[in-house]
Amino acid sequence: MDGALNYLIILLVLVNFLALGSSQIGIVIRLSAIQGFLLGLMPLFMEGWGEIHIPLLCLAIIAIKGLLIPSLLFKAMRDVKIRREVEPLLGFIPSMLLGALGTVLGLVFSNHLPLLPLHKEFLILPGSFSTILTGFIMLTTRHKAITQVVGFLILENGIFVFALLLLQTMPFLAEIGVLLDLFVCIFVLGIILNHIQKAFSSLDSNKLTSLKD
Amino acid sequence: MILNAVIHVSMVLFLSPLLLGVINKTKAFVAGRVGPPLFQAYCDLAKLFRKGMVLSRTTSWMFLAGPWVGWVSVFAASLVVPLGHHRAPLAFQGDMIFLAYVLALGRFFTASAALDTGSSFEGMGAAREVSFSSFAEPALFFGFMALARLSQTYSLSEMVLGENFKVGPEKIASLILVTIAWFIVLLAENSRIPFDDPNTHLELTMVHEVMVLDHSGPALGLILHGASMKLLLMGALVMDVAFPWDPSGLADWFMFILEMALLAVLIGVVESFMARLRLKFVPNLLVSACLLSAFGFILLVR
Repeated sequence: MDGALNYLIILLVLVNFLALGSSQIGIVIRLSAIQGFLLGLMPLFMEGWGEIHIPLLCLAIIAIKGLLIPSLLFKAMRDVKIRREVEPLLGFIPSMLLGALGTVLGLVFSNHLPLLPLHKEFLILPGSFSTILTGFIMLTTRHKAITQVVGFLILENGIFVFALLLLQTMPFLAEIGVLLDLFVCIFVLGIILNHIQKAFSSLDSNKLTSLKD
Repeated sequence: MILNAVIHVSMVLFLSPLLLGVINKTKAFVAGRVGPPLFQAYCDLAKLFRKGMVLSRTTSWMFLAGPWVGWVSVFAASLVVPLGHHRAPLAFQGDMIFLAYVLALGRFFTASAALDTGSSFEGMGAAREVSFSSFAEPALFFGFMALARLSQTYSLSEMVLGENFKVGPEKIASLILVTIAWFIVLLAENSRIPFDDPNTHLELTMVHEVMVLDHSGPALGLILHGASMKLLLMGALVMDVAFPWDPSGLADWFMFILEMALLAVLIGVVESFMARLRLKFVPNLLVSACLLSAFGFILLVR
């Protein structure tokens, strides 16, 4: 059981690298959906999931992060008719290398944190740092607004992995609340994307800086 | 011990062209063709060694040194690679570094011979080959570092002995990562499809084939045989990590042959279902291989 969670986290980190290295927006959205599935499986492999609310939570995560939000993003992508991220601020290889560096630093850093002995052997902290940093890199270096939304989603996935440490004490209501917030947020962002596309005929967020009233 | 060494060397020398045959048969099967016979590579080699050579007047001794040094270096490298967990004929501490750089030496001479022809076309191929292999080398070395960390030794033969792989489930993840990374390196180093198409000639996008365009006859035969030996030895590295069971005398040699056939079929399937990458994206894939094996190493160090 202990090994399985680590495998899931390793897969999560590999998906991070892939997401940093691919230029097609469709692939990046699919990768974030895969991350949603992985996140939904993770709580099952933590200790003490006998409580009834945790399987429910897993189902909710898979449904929202793995299916609902990606389908929303796909719809947004079709509406704005953008397929590729061309020439990001930081190239694909440098951003992959930066993500790898972040993973290494996360591993080093998490060895120095005062964790519970229960959590010591898990890769939860490094995986979470790596995912947060991946989301951050995507948010800051990509030009297209839709990739930035995916970056935000990946960043939130990282925070969720971090929250696995608090699984036992985290109330059901709070988790569901966070998921709902995220869903509404992506929903609103999808609508905003459409409006940006209509108003400026481009999703390049750099052009938004020259906004005038 | 001596028997094993004899089997090792004869397998490297005589079995390796069969791998090309298996790959081509697999590709033909997937495409629904009959394809060349399984032993086509042997026939090609026999034909080439009986032919004469055409030498350009602009070339120097370097042009002939290229194929020779290339062949000898691959053969020397194959002596330190354990085939199927049997101890290699040559094993010493640090032979993984010997392996990597003796292969690099052969590549240096092949590239120099290509430059020696004075053709700008061949120079382009040499530049590509050298720059791609510089991306592939870190992936190979991170894998070596992971294995060295796991087995506490710097000798390839001791690294892949079965007992070093009897490790906890969390170590297996990094072995899988190294295997995938090395498979990508194998495809790149042997100029297989996502990186280079072994079937095309006279195209502006090719990498390895363009360097040997001016060689003919026995020199080309040496190059072909060297390439097939290189495929065998890189494949042995990948398969040793992928299938960690103990050596058990002669039966293990048959296991090894089966493993290599499996690998050849796998390469054939990859070649059938993938198109060649655009040159721009080749470094991306190689850097991902580096990241995979580096990640595998880091997981072990933690």
